[in-house]
Amino acid sequence: MSLFNFWKKEENLFDDNITIDETRFIVLDTETTGFDYEMDRILCIGALVLQNGIISIQDSFEVYIEQDHYDKSTAQIHGILKAFVINRPGESEALQQFLTFLGDAVIIAHHTIFDVTMINRALERNGLPVLTNQTLDTAYLYKRTLIKSHLFERKDHYTLDDLADKFDISKKDRHTALGDAYITAIAFLKIVKKLKEKKEINLNQLFK
Amino acid sequence: MKNTISHRVADFLKNYPPFSFLNQRDLESLSEQISIIYKDKDAVIFAENDKTHDSFYVVHKGAVALKKSQKNAVLDMCDEGDIFGLRPLLAQENYIMEAVAHEESILYAIPISVFKPYALENRTVGNFLIESYASNTRNPYSDIHKDKLYGDDLGHESMHSETHSFDLQPIKYSKKIVTCSPSTTARDIAKIMTKKKVGAILIVDEMLPIGIITDKDLRNKIVTGDYSILTTAETIMTKPVITYPKKMTVTEAQMAMMKSNISYLCLTKDGTVNTKAVGILSKHDVMVALGNNPAVLIKALKRAKKVKEIKPIRNRIMQLLQGYLDQNIPMTLIAKIITELNEACTTRVIEMSIEKMSSPPPVKFAWLALGSQGRSEQMLHTDQDNAIVYENVSDVFKDETRIYFLKFAALVNKGLFEIGYDYCPAEMMASNPKWCLSLDEWKGQVHHWITNPGKNEVLLSFIFFDYSLTYGDSSITSELSDYIFETVKANPIFYVHLVSGALQSPSPTGFFRQFLVEQDGANKDNFDIKRRALMPLTDAARVLILSHSVKSISNTAERFEKLAELEPNNRELYLSCSYSFKALLKFRTKQGLLHNDSGQFIALETLSKMEKIKLKRTFKTIKELQELISVRFNISNIV
Repeated sequence: MSLFNFWKKEENLFDDNITIDETRFIVLDTETTGFDYEMDRILCIGALVLQNGIISIQDSFEVYIEQDHYDKSTAQIHGILKAFVINRPGESEALQQFLTFLGDAVIIAHHTIFDVTMINRALERNGLPVLTNQTLDTAYLYKRTLIKSHLFERKDHYTLDDLADKFDISKKDRHTALGDAYITAIAFLKIVKKLKEKKEINLNQLFK
Repeated sequence: MKNTISHRVADFLKNYPPFSFLNQRDLESLSEQISIIYKDKDAVIFAENDKTHDSFYVVHKGAVALKKSQKNAVLDMCDEGDIFGLRPLLAQENYIMEAVAHEESILYAIPISVFKPYALENRTVGNFLIESYASNTRNPYSDIHKDKLYGDDLGHESMHSETHSFDLQPIKYSKKIVTCSPSTTARDIAKIMTKKKVGAILIVDEMLPIGIITDKDLRNKIVTGDYSILTTAETIMTKPVITYPKKMTVTEAQMAMMKSNISYLCLTKDGTVNTKAVGILSKHDVMVALGNNPAVLIKALKRAKKVKEIKPIRNRIMQLLQGYLDQNIPMTLIAKIITELNEACTTRVIEMSIEKMSSPPPVKFAWLALGSQGRSEQMLHTDQDNAIVYENVSDVFKDETRIYFLKFAALVNKGLFEIGYDYCPAEMMASNPKWCLSLDEWKGQVHHWITNPGKNEVLLSFIFFDYSLTYGDSSITSELSDYIFETVKANPIFYVHLVSGALQSPSPTGFFRQFLVEQDGANKDNFDIKRRALMPLTDAARVLILSHSVKSISNTAERFEKLAELEPNNRELYLSCSYSFKALLKFRTKQGLLHNDSGQFIALETLSKMEKIKLKRTFKTIKELQELISVRFNISNIV
């Protein structure tokens, strides 16, 4: 194999024949006690499967996790109380369930780095291997849909609320893990549509 | 699995029949087994003669067109909450129609195996389905096979009903009946009718219709002074009521009204006065069913109470446009009527938004349409470009006023989005703080653009200077226009920048006079009629009309006609520009209607040889015009 081909192979993570439609995506969101990777804990993981533009409700994942650490100040955002009644598995069991659900799917989230890091820290704490899945971030992908014009000022950060407003997605279940995952999934579909309008796009190009 | 998303789905479904007949628990367990499907515009959901899927569909967002492919006629358009693809599942036959996403849509797929038990158990659900699906239409009350499908038959029934010719289609009537008791006074009746915006009220006694009072009755009996304003309904009502069964075709309804010389029909459960009234059918409903005409559409718009009701009206405006184009009505006239109608839609959205605000606008303001809408040249679905100018206020109220108008603009922008105007990708919308300013602030902005004409400033002024008033106070816009002319006069160098901007559009043809097409993206190999042909004309017209200080003509074709009048020696060129522009606009509009988009990109292979020649002829005119402006404003000196 020539060097040229070698590099080319490195760049393309996926076989060019796999389309965006065929890919199994897991769109996820976590609710946490806060934003500190060390101190804070995951209270809930919500995730759904997106494949062929279809989200099957039965095939979605929502787990509330029993945690010792709790921060009252963030409760007003996620609304999960410490003594929440739903019977909750411990962190280790919840993570196992999640890993089974996830498989080798491509992860999509909004500000993915936060959710993935939170999950990875939890995995480490429980002696489990960290995630090696490919990831996509709607916060970043959305920026690529924006027009490049001097007349238009981009923001540095686009929140999930911004995306929901732009794409006319109801914000009804904002700040529940699975609700946010759903908004993220629809936003992702709309982003891909926009990118396709600009230029033919395949799975590999989403990762650039 | 019961979860957040299934709640969300159930929450949506509960508003629409037949799901509205299910109890909460059933609805939730049904929702758990639904799939959510995203379909791009023009994506096929199922094709004619396809084997049935294991689910039927509910439109959550967007619209789905049901078509017969050999006729290529849209038979039905499914909107939010509408069900499609169910009948073939029940009848166990292949799809007899094709379902295509008319716009970007989100659908709920409901497995028939999950749904069927509910349909069999719950009588109301079953009834609804029978009424809806016995014929090909979605519209209940249209079936002729009423009792066959229920119960045991469900699932085994095979029905081959033919699509009706238009006149025989069931008529849609108003199910919201306005009624009063026989003892209500004429004055109260008039109040009710005004409030509900209806032309007729039904007098009912123990749910049964006993008489009707129309506008005409009030005029003939009360206003003439023959009866006092406190007369009771009983005395002045027309009786007995002429009743008909609810299953009526358009033609039947028309005949009934002609026969009895009345404008309102009362529809009852079994067609006699002895059963409950279910609806009222007015002449207006019949007119609407018979077709779209501007007067009917304007009336429908005035009656709309929710933004959601405007969207179907806009679809009908598009049908009207198609009809006009087919009949070859002159483009100038078409553009006028359609723009007028589109503006009426926008105005209605603005009015509704004002009502939604907690207080009326604190000062006078003007809602401006910018760009192509400002020039009255955009007849199709397009992006929003708009701005607000409001009266100057003292410093004390400055923030308060700005916040009010920003909030108001956000409502209008959202409303316009809902009726089909996409958000402007560059955020040139009134809800953007930069496009929602007081008169003095706008003057400052315009002054800045004119005195510092960089590339961006020129572009922004291109968009802004074509404004037209959609709603509000014209004295404000008039003052702003005067200010623009003064400032431009005082800064002649600005013309040079405007002209160089106007000359920057890409050339339509290459060296061998072949069409130049797009190299990349979704529109690869298509011809960009907007940037390569329409824009050069628009931009040049703007510079020239500005140099003549002509106020309040923003339409490009009209501008050229005015220029022909002002400069007799260039008359021929200008008239040919005006003609070319109209021809190009027609091309674009036809293409847009064909593809349900803005028509900006034309697939050249779809054009006939004749059309291509026509198109190329306009390019010659564009070239001549560009030479004229580049010489007149001495552009070579700076470029």
